[in-house]
Amino acid sequence: MEGATPSIAGGRRRQETAGVEHEERRDAATLAADLRAALAPDRVRTAGVELGLYGRDASVMSGSAAAVCFPLTTDEVASAVRVARRHGRPFVARGSGTGLAGGAVPVGDPVVIVTTKMDRILEVDPVDRVAWVQPGVVNLDLTRALAPHGLHFAPDPSSQQACTIGGNVANNSGGPHCLAYGVTSAHVLALEVVLPDGSVTLLGGLDPEPAGLDLRGTFVGSEGTLGIATRIAVRLTPDPPSVATLLLDFMSVDDAAEAVSGIIAGGLLPAALEMMDRRITEAAEEFVHAGYPTDAAAVLLVELDGLPAGVEAGVERVRAIGLAHGARTVRVAADDAERALLWKGRKSAFGAVARLAPNYYLHDTVVPRTRLCEVLRQVYAIAERHDLGVMNVFHAGDGNLHPLLLFDAREPGVMDRVHAAGEEIVQVSLDAGGVLSGEHGIGLEKRDLMPLLFGPDDLDAQARLREAFDPDGVANPTKILPAGSRCGDLQSVPEGVWV
Amino acid sequence: MRSATSATVAAFAAAVGPPEAGAVAAVGGRTQWGAGGRVSADAREVHAPAGIVAVEAADMTVRVGAGTTVAELDATLAEVGQTVALPAWDGATVGGVLAVGHSGLRRLGWGPVRDVLLEAVVVSADGRVVKAGGPTVKNVSGYDLCRLLVGSLGTLAFVAEVVLRTRPLPQSERWLAGDADAFALVERLHRPAAVLWDGTTTWVLLDGHPADVAAEAELAGLAEADGPPDLPGPHRWSLRPSELPALGAGAGPGPGRFLAEVGVGVVHAERPPPSRPIDDHVVELHRRIKAVFDPDGRLNPGRDPLAAAPARAG
Repeated sequence: MEGATPSIAGGRRRQETAGVEHEERRDAATLAADLRAALAPDRVRTAGVELGLYGRDASVMSGSAAAVCFPLTTDEVASAVRVARRHGRPFVARGSGTGLAGGAVPVGDPVVIVTTKMDRILEVDPVDRVAWVQPGVVNLDLTRALAPHGLHFAPDPSSQQACTIGGNVANNSGGPHCLAYGVTSAHVLALEVVLPDGSVTLLGGLDPEPAGLDLRGTFVGSEGTLGIATRIAVRLTPDPPSVATLLLDFMSVDDAAEAVSGIIAGGLLPAALEMMDRRITEAAEEFVHAGYPTDAAAVLLVELDGLPAGVEAGVERVRAIGLAHGARTVRVAADDAERALLWKGRKSAFGAVARLAPNYYLHDTVVPRTRLCEVLRQVYAIAERHDLGVMNVFHAGDGNLHPLLLFDAREPGVMDRVHAAGEEIVQVSLDAGGVLSGEHGIGLEKRDLMPLLFGPDDLDAQARLREAFDPDGVANPTKILPAGSRCGDLQSVPEGVWV
Repeated sequence: MRSATSATVAAFAAAVGPPEAGAVAAVGGRTQWGAGGRVSADAREVHAPAGIVAVEAADMTVRVGAGTTVAELDATLAEVGQTVALPAWDGATVGGVLAVGHSGLRRLGWGPVRDVLLEAVVVSADGRVVKAGGPTVKNVSGYDLCRLLVGSLGTLAFVAEVVLRTRPLPQSERWLAGDADAFALVERLHRPAAVLWDGTTTWVLLDGHPADVAAEAELAGLAEADGPPDLPGPHRWSLRPSELPALGAGAGPGPGRFLAEVGVGVVHAERPPPSRPIDDHVVELHRRIKAVFDPDGRLNPGRDPLAAAPARAG
């Protein structure tokens, strides 16, 4: 096709050519050569083993990339996008690949643009309480770098030792401490982005009310389908003057779940409110020796922070609500070392699971906090019906469930049961008034479940937004929205993707 | 799929009608009617349904018609010890304050308006009922159309019904005033609800446990005050928090009489803000977004989210 300059006119072309703007797709060798010329020879990879590596993320899905590149600057990201387009290829942005919904899985032989070498903290401004970072900065590295300022970046996903801020932006990531402080969207002030046409702009701003639509908020959580963030201004949160961490243990999961609902209904706004059931508590205890009671049916980890009197009053309220709901013991961490130990158990939980089963599938749904108890019961019943092990470790205060289904992938037919159980867990969550995902995103994993939550008109509105940013459908195509979401959408399920 | 359409929402959609029904203007309490420019006089006025649909007190959320006043909503929520972090200007409606997106004076402690909206049931430019977001406090299921709607001035869709995040009413609160350095205070105090400064006097709003409020008040070294001063107007500036100290220096045309929200950057001012350049790509994105959601330009014609105009009547 002549002159494939990115333009809005491409929108019409898209409908004719099923999803991706096809200039004559040239061979992979020419693509690699052009990328090497635009970046640097050693930052473009096309060897089979590397393409295989970048064909997956932390989900169970896989795809295939035409080339993988590692830009260092915004200009290089923009160049990579333009090269991909010239070659009629889509592009997929990728951070550390810790995503669980397949959002970074390459579909349709795209150029994978990896941001992990863009890992510098560019500026920390303690007065405006903002830091400019490159997208490849690791979440925990940022918080460690901020410690001398008495500030931190609030979102703390379980993968925070590995996941990047760019990935957090793409997925609107959460974490235990998002209960009081909000998920990533509440902590991003501005984004420099490379748009799907290869142009560079700034969304949002460091002032409180930037002119126009909230394109910053719209971009956060868009899973790489609206462009690639290349510089991110994150809001920094002051460290609280006082913190208390409590461990409550219960002899029934129902009691623990009811206690969670009681704490929320009691008007308390804990910094974190996490629940772990017996199997995960046992596994974590063996792993880190946090002193968790391994004979309890469930434990709650509750953190309160703020000014000292409010924290102290909150501790007593949580204790009282816990005891009223049948808590056996209430342990209040005596010092920072004990607090750290209690958290270490929670944060190591997923690592500890490896001791119990060769594989696990981690789910992510949200239900109203008042429905936790009944939905948890159903989750256990679903797992039992499908003859799968299950354990629950989750952000109870948000109603954000994370059931882990345990299995051995070598067992014939087991994946069918895992997927069937997963879909039932999603359905019972939706039936309780919940949503598909609380923090992992839709990606490929839940794309085809979107119609369970949204009607055709709702999906059409989302597809329109995407079209406004990416009329040619080149940015991480096939993710989030099922085929046919937009009127006239001829996008089909790509071949070679195992969903 | 759960249908979000109730009879009142359907009636509102019918009032908006199909594209052939021509230009329509969504009217709330007219408290910020000038925001983003005047709506064409020939646009037919429609009103979103009013009324509180469900207070989910134990879940800290509320479902409410967009035509409900924030004051009525707050009064109902107060019965269960809760509130919403929306500005309750006299007569302002939930839909109106969401459409404008401007926060109230407690933004420093309570956060911006955009973090309050969890789910929006809207009427699209072709008269369809569309749901954005979801009713839970945490949700990343698809695109965040709620964030796009807050501050869109009703130019993309008309909000009919919403689910909002509520928050506990503070156990106690206290206004203080005096001549302490506002910029030092915002560093020293832990999460004050508001710190205001007019170039001479500092006002502070503290909220929380009474003992904490008392201790912070002592730290602040300010006297008790009845409340915040009257807001200068009609203009609203948006500056980086670190730019605020320069307002007192009197350089340039200046804001005239002003009240700055320290730590936030909003300035209520007599004079209009300096114009800000807007990147061409951002302008183009606005044009495309408007084109996909309201191709005929029938929703609130004359309003432009990128236009600077005083929100409040002078």
